[in-house]
Amino acid sequence: MLDRATSEAGPILSLRGVTKQYPGCLANDHVDLTVGRNEIHALLGENGAGKSTLVKIIYGVMRPDAGEIVWQGEKVTIESPAHARRLGIGMVFQHFSLFESLTVAQNIALGINDPAERVGLEKRIIETSREYGLPLVPDRTVHDLSVGERQRIEIVRCLLQNPRLLIMDEPTSVLTPQEAETLFATLRRLAAEGCSILYISHKLEEIRALCDTATIMRLGRVVAHCNPREKSAKELAELMIAAELEPQARSRRVVADAAPRLAVEALTVASPNPFGADLKSISFSVRPGEILGIAGIAGNGQNELMDALSGEIPTGQPDAIRIDGTPVGHMGPRERRALGGCFVPEERNGHGAVGAMTLSDNGFLTAAARKSLARFGFVRHGRIAEFARDVIARYDVRTTGPKAQARALSGGNLQKFLVGREILQAPTVLVVNQPTWGVDAGAAAAIHRALAELAQNGAAVVVISQDLDEIFLVCDRIAVIAGGRLSTPIPVAEATIEQIGLVMGGTQAKSETAHV
Amino acid sequence: MIFFLTSFVVSVMAASTPLLLAATGELVAERSGVLNLGVEGMMLVGAVTGFIVGHYTDSAALGIVGATFGGAALSAVFAVLTLTLLSNQTAAGLALTIFGRGFSSLAGAAFVGIKGPVLPRLSIPGLSDLSFFGPTLFGQDALIYGSFIILAMVWWFLNRSHAGLILRAVGDSHDAAHAIGYSVTRIRFGATLFGGAMAGLAGGYMSLAYSPLWAENMTAGRGWIALALVVFATWRAGWLLVGAYLFGAIMYLSLYVQGLGVAIPSALISALPYIVTVVVLALIARDRRRIRLNQPACLGRSFAAGT
Amino acid sequence: MFEPIRLVPRGQPSPFWTYASPALAIVLTVIVSGVMFFAMGKSPGAAVYTFLVAPLVQAGGLSALAVKAAPLIMMGAGLALCYRASVWNIGCEGQFTLGAICAGGVALAWPDLPAPILYPAAMIAGVVGGAATAALSAWLRTSLNVNEILSSLMMTYVAQYLLIYLVTGPWRDPQGFGFPQTAMFSDSATTPILIPGSGVHLGCLFAPLAAIAVWALMSKSTLGFQLRVVGEAPRAARFAGFSEKRLIWVAMLVSGGLAGLAGMFEVTGPIGQLTPQISPGYGFTAVIVAFLGRLHPIGAIFAGLLLALSYLGGDAAQIDLGLPNAVTGIFQGVLLFLLLACDILILYRPRLARPSGANAGAAR
Repeated sequence: MLDRATSEAGPILSLRGVTKQYPGCLANDHVDLTVGRNEIHALLGENGAGKSTLVKIIYGVMRPDAGEIVWQGEKVTIESPAHARRLGIGMVFQHFSLFESLTVAQNIALGINDPAERVGLEKRIIETSREYGLPLVPDRTVHDLSVGERQRIEIVRCLLQNPRLLIMDEPTSVLTPQEAETLFATLRRLAAEGCSILYISHKLEEIRALCDTATIMRLGRVVAHCNPREKSAKELAELMIAAELEPQARSRRVVADAAPRLAVEALTVASPNPFGADLKSISFSVRPGEILGIAGIAGNGQNELMDALSGEIPTGQPDAIRIDGTPVGHMGPRERRALGGCFVPEERNGHGAVGAMTLSDNGFLTAAARKSLARFGFVRHGRIAEFARDVIARYDVRTTGPKAQARALSGGNLQKFLVGREILQAPTVLVVNQPTWGVDAGAAAAIHRALAELAQNGAAVVVISQDLDEIFLVCDRIAVIAGGRLSTPIPVAEATIEQIGLVMGGTQAKSETAHV
Repeated sequence: MIFFLTSFVVSVMAASTPLLLAATGELVAERSGVLNLGVEGMMLVGAVTGFIVGHYTDSAALGIVGATFGGAALSAVFAVLTLTLLSNQTAAGLALTIFGRGFSSLAGAAFVGIKGPVLPRLSIPGLSDLSFFGPTLFGQDALIYGSFIILAMVWWFLNRSHAGLILRAVGDSHDAAHAIGYSVTRIRFGATLFGGAMAGLAGGYMSLAYSPLWAENMTAGRGWIALALVVFATWRAGWLLVGAYLFGAIMYLSLYVQGLGVAIPSALISALPYIVTVVVLALIARDRRRIRLNQPACLGRSFAAGT
Repeated sequence: MFEPIRLVPRGQPSPFWTYASPALAIVLTVIVSGVMFFAMGKSPGAAVYTFLVAPLVQAGGLSALAVKAAPLIMMGAGLALCYRASVWNIGCEGQFTLGAICAGGVALAWPDLPAPILYPAAMIAGVVGGAATAALSAWLRTSLNVNEILSSLMMTYVAQYLLIYLVTGPWRDPQGFGFPQTAMFSDSATTPILIPGSGVHLGCLFAPLAAIAVWALMSKSTLGFQLRVVGEAPRAARFAGFSEKRLIWVAMLVSGGLAGLAGMFEVTGPIGQLTPQISPGYGFTAVIVAFLGRLHPIGAIFAGLLLALSYLGGDAAQIDLGLPNAVTGIFQGVLLFLLLACDILILYRPRLARPSGANAGAAR
């Protein structure tokens, strides 16, 4: 199916001195990169290291300010993604470039510019998807599909154009460990057939398992080229984040016989989003001093669970959620906060914080009642600035001060501010969704320390995360959310990644076979 | 009876056509993600340019062409503001309406009360003289047939053509469309211009066929009703036809009842189409799920490319 | 594609351009108006002078300005609050009309009541009329999910026809020689004049006070904070536990109430009776006032004065230059166009494209 001349010598792609400046940030600083033929090449780096910018330049979404791109020995200016596709470059995005209201076939057709190639498309979709073990139904609408199925659409869309280079941006962040294995097999086969792969990730183990060579980026620059198989994960991580990592010790004691601070029983909630996951009879409890981790693949009900716990989605059943024994299921967010519940949602700008408002105002947003920042219906401006300053100082938020706009902060700093804002309200129950998503390693470590400290002081903490490593690092017990149902929590010490991975994929795999 | 029915159907068709034309244009714009609230202003500018061009050339057909360009020109201003300069679409649409009112009454001041050319009705010997079917099917002006043809073409474009698929994709997710290499701004520019041209055409129809004369603010809120029709149709071309003829019938009936000298005061009957619009919107909006499934997800949102 | 100027995001909004943009827009609008007058065969300098300066320097110019500005400021301040909350009430014209109708109804029903009773009653009726009209849109939005832009606008037409019905039908003045108008209101229902002989009435004092009150509500109170959050980030508002429905109601009732009050002052003051034409489009102009005033109630005071001037200028242009007073509408529309265009400078920096060379492709 993929017939290519592989006789030409030399690398398929090389970049020299590629530079891209954003306002206030040099995203790529004289980046050199060479991808050989038949090679699976890793592009490794932390969030914000400039990997995504670089691949958008290669795919023609952005233009570099300086530097040159050499494709199959010829210097090129890649005008647009369509041009990149004509050259033979395909890309699977991290945030999929799919259209929810259109069908699988229509989505794929939109990625094909030559009308002649759109003839007989449905048949070719079925053929290709079968050949590479990526099952798809052409006439289904995207909004009904799981994240894994959506990724397959993107991959098949690329494969139909016989690419010479396939760029994959963090592809496994939405897959179970087992699904990731299947993907790796497909990628190895493609490389063997002559399609080079540029694989972007910050997951060290999978890069060591999959890739032949690696280019490591930090703060917009290339810091190393190496063979990842010859390095340990720790060595790679240190190249990636420049500082030596100190292992975190868990030294908390959970009060085993204390009454649960947060008790959820048979919580059933219909998702307000027509494409969301409904919560089905979710039960768990968290005792003082305990951190419960909730693992799962994106879109399995995490956001619904977060919103049901915070009170954003009213549940109507008072007893479904109790904080320190008080039924709160019927209450709104403000009443729950008054009882000691604090929350940090996944999305920072626009959900946890208002981007266009100052840090002072953002402190007031959730801390008004617990920190008495209002009186007689009026905002106490002096006190809100003081509170914001307090959060900034205690949680090492790098910013110009309480008057800075939230959206001016980097992801890591804003997240430290939001976690600090909630913790300084001395909650008895804290629920955080994706606490270190898109956050640099230093800030992630600080956030993990803050959560541990809070639990140590007797609070019950729930960490909802798609990052299994994070859950294994900080949590005492783990449960898995899949298809809106929650598995029974088990102690982290007794769980293995493989076993959790199976639960994560279990329900989903079943529902998918039912569709096909 | 047959005479009454014939004149009723012919009048309703004439009353519905400007609504249908304007709503068809707005549908295409909204499907690409552009919410242009300036339909009323573009219709007025279309009506006045159409009348003026028709007056000086003494040709209703050229007037119609002029009306189309007038509406498109005003929508180009909207496109530059919202697509190039990323202005708020609501505010820019209102500016269009305010400007369109002022401009049309200034430009048209010298033409109030003058007779202009009239778009001729079709006359096919034999066929047009048939009772009922003659006048309704074969005796209308060209634009009434044109409105059906344009609607059918828009339906085909949106639902069957690849270009239409691209346009819908841009309205569904401009980020994804940009990422796979479509020029969101250029596609929306085209859709906005088409919407403006159709609104201008609708205005031209009013001043050259329906009324036919120029009067200040002669569209009397039809542009806003056209906007409501797109919501009523939940962004589907076929339902636009139903909606436009429903409202056309109500508008005609409110005129007709006034003519009969019924005891209901005419001012209150004149308010009827606007009340019905609100009621119909309320009935449609209850079905939130259908609206969410059909409404372009990026409707009214600005898009700034990251380059 | 060659573009001589490209826009570079600033990253942070520029405080300078937030306030400089309206100034630049005004200057450009004056230039465009000059060109427009020139195109109509008038001397641009003299015409601009007639349009924008002469109305102020002539006798009574400033009081006329205050009278025209009062309804614009009142409604502009209310709309600033509304739009900050992302509630798109564009039916102020209808709320103004209903406020006038209700106040007029009270004035006509009990003309002989003493002023201390009748006048406040008329004021309350005006506020209630405007607020009730807006409440209909609020209810349709919060209960039935109907877009408030369309519903509030449709109510404008309904209100106008209701007014026509009343003044041509049941409320027509029997001694009015068949003109479509009501009797003049009694003295107790007439807005007091503050400066004798000038026409400056109580509403001219109320308008800036209302703007200041709205400003205090917006910037000092928790309710105002909630309104700003819900407008800026509705999800964050839900997360914080603010009721979106309640805030929509507040925004609609405040802006509708102020519009109704403005209508009440207009018919019990300068007009003195109900006629079919009680507003030259104040409700739509108030939208421009709100935007030109940076969606800030205090800004609405200055913007209201400028747009009031455009009405006086339109009258002057009609009398002195023989132009239709529709130039007012064009001036207002162009001003809003240019304001929106200039606002790009708040978030973006214009840069001349680099000349051709190694990076020509990159400097798109």
